[in-house]
Amino acid sequence: MIILKYLAILGRYLIVMGRTFSVPEKMRMFFKSYVKEMAQLGVNSIGIVLLISFFIGAVICIQMKLNIQSPWMPRWVSGYTTREIMLLEFSSSIMCLILAGKVGSNIASELGTMRVTQQIDALEIMGVNSASYLILPKIMGMLTIMPFLVIFSSATGILGAYATAYVGHVLPPDDLTLGLQHSFKPWFMWMSIIKSQFFAFIISSVPAFCGYTVEGGSVNVGKASTDAVVTSSVLILFSDVFLTQLLS
Amino acid sequence: MIETKNLCKSFESREVLKDISTVFEDGKTNLIIGQSGSGKTVLMKNLVGLLDPTSGQVLYDGRDFVAMSKSEKVHMRREMGMIFQSAALFDSMTVLENVMFPLDMFSTMNLRERTKRAMDCLDRVNLVGAEEKFPGEISGGMQKRVAIARAIALNPKYLFCDEPNSGLDPKTSLVIDDLLQGITKEFNITTIINTHDMNSVMGIGENIVFIYEGHKEWQGKSDEIMHSTNTRLTDFIFASDLLKNMRQLVIEKENTK
Repeated sequence: MIILKYLAILGRYLIVMGRTFSVPEKMRMFFKSYVKEMAQLGVNSIGIVLLISFFIGAVICIQMKLNIQSPWMPRWVSGYTTREIMLLEFSSSIMCLILAGKVGSNIASELGTMRVTQQIDALEIMGVNSASYLILPKIMGMLTIMPFLVIFSSATGILGAYATAYVGHVLPPDDLTLGLQHSFKPWFMWMSIIKSQFFAFIISSVPAFCGYTVEGGSVNVGKASTDAVVTSSVLILFSDVFLTQLLS
Repeated sequence: MIETKNLCKSFESREVLKDISTVFEDGKTNLIIGQSGSGKTVLMKNLVGLLDPTSGQVLYDGRDFVAMSKSEKVHMRREMGMIFQSAALFDSMTVLENVMFPLDMFSTMNLRERTKRAMDCLDRVNLVGAEEKFPGEISGGMQKRVAIARAIALNPKYLFCDEPNSGLDPKTSLVIDDLLQGITKEFNITTIINTHDMNSVMGIGENIVFIYEGHKEWQGKSDEIMHSTNTRLTDFIFASDLLKNMRQLVIEKENTK
């Protein structure tokens, strides 16, 4: 019975996505919304991404120095592991989990409120494909802005690590630089960006679906917002396993 | 002209609309009245295609809306305007942007022409000066007037209003009623208003359909209500003692003539 329930939800999600990915009625209106969504969902998230990445980069570096580095380990190990963690997991997966909370709840509550206040009905009555008009710019906006967020996150994480070296004197900056440059594979950067594209799709489309299909009142909007964050977080973690296996 | 033929709508086992056949005439303010929960909103949602009827037909000038393909329905909807109970204005847009929205989406006008058309619509509803405000910054009555301006921006052939006076004071309600009646005559629109405001019923109702527990109980003009022998209708319209006494006075006055 529960399988049938989830299959029904998947079916409804695919129907909404089918309506979403249709040619916009007016390209001028689409680009206007697209730019607005990039700013609202992406640019407005830069602050939190930079803040969290900086501190996580610093904390990883300190932890590695304190717990891993020993006379038996090369002196570049702290820098090396900090870079690998930031690049392979934090800047793509963990950052997207954080964004699932911020962006996901924003999208779900915005669309949910539009649904319960009949704004989506008003669009439908006008003959507008409401799914395409409202959801497509959000998905495209997130997909466009996500690689920049990943790059900014990685760079800021490294800056955080340097802060521990220069300001905290946890390890010598030269050792950190040596570790950061050790066996660098540019593919890892691409892997991070490719993974983030999948996650960007999840954190924009799943909350959009949850909000768009709300029925009832404000309580249900709140519930949809929570469902959106939980579902997209679970899907990010689940797909992370497959994508890491597939891309490694 | 909009016509419904044997329109039925059920939600699972619950039958909400029962075999409704009626005609809504061109250039007139057609009213759907009935108690809360009688099926008025469901009937209107079936008319505009937000719900699909279980059986029956909805004919727009002879064209069966229910049988139309999705693209035909989308095309058809561009001939409709709708004013929702909550006004349903886009709260991220200013008043002017709200009115310009249908023009931006569907007209081939340039920006200057679209702005002029939107300003004309705002002028028609006496809202010039409020164009830069956001829906959250204006009163409920003004929001309804913006919704009217938005609904008429594309010169619709059919105008639907779901309880346009809900939540408004009697004076503002009269303003909205006058606007709707004026627009109906001016543009020869088929206007359908869903209401349980008795001032609207007696003031602007040219063709009134009374829905009782999902079926059409009565249809007629506002002046026929006074003399109607349908007790369900008179119980609904003249529910208060004040209105009952007024009706009695009117009938007595007419009899003494």
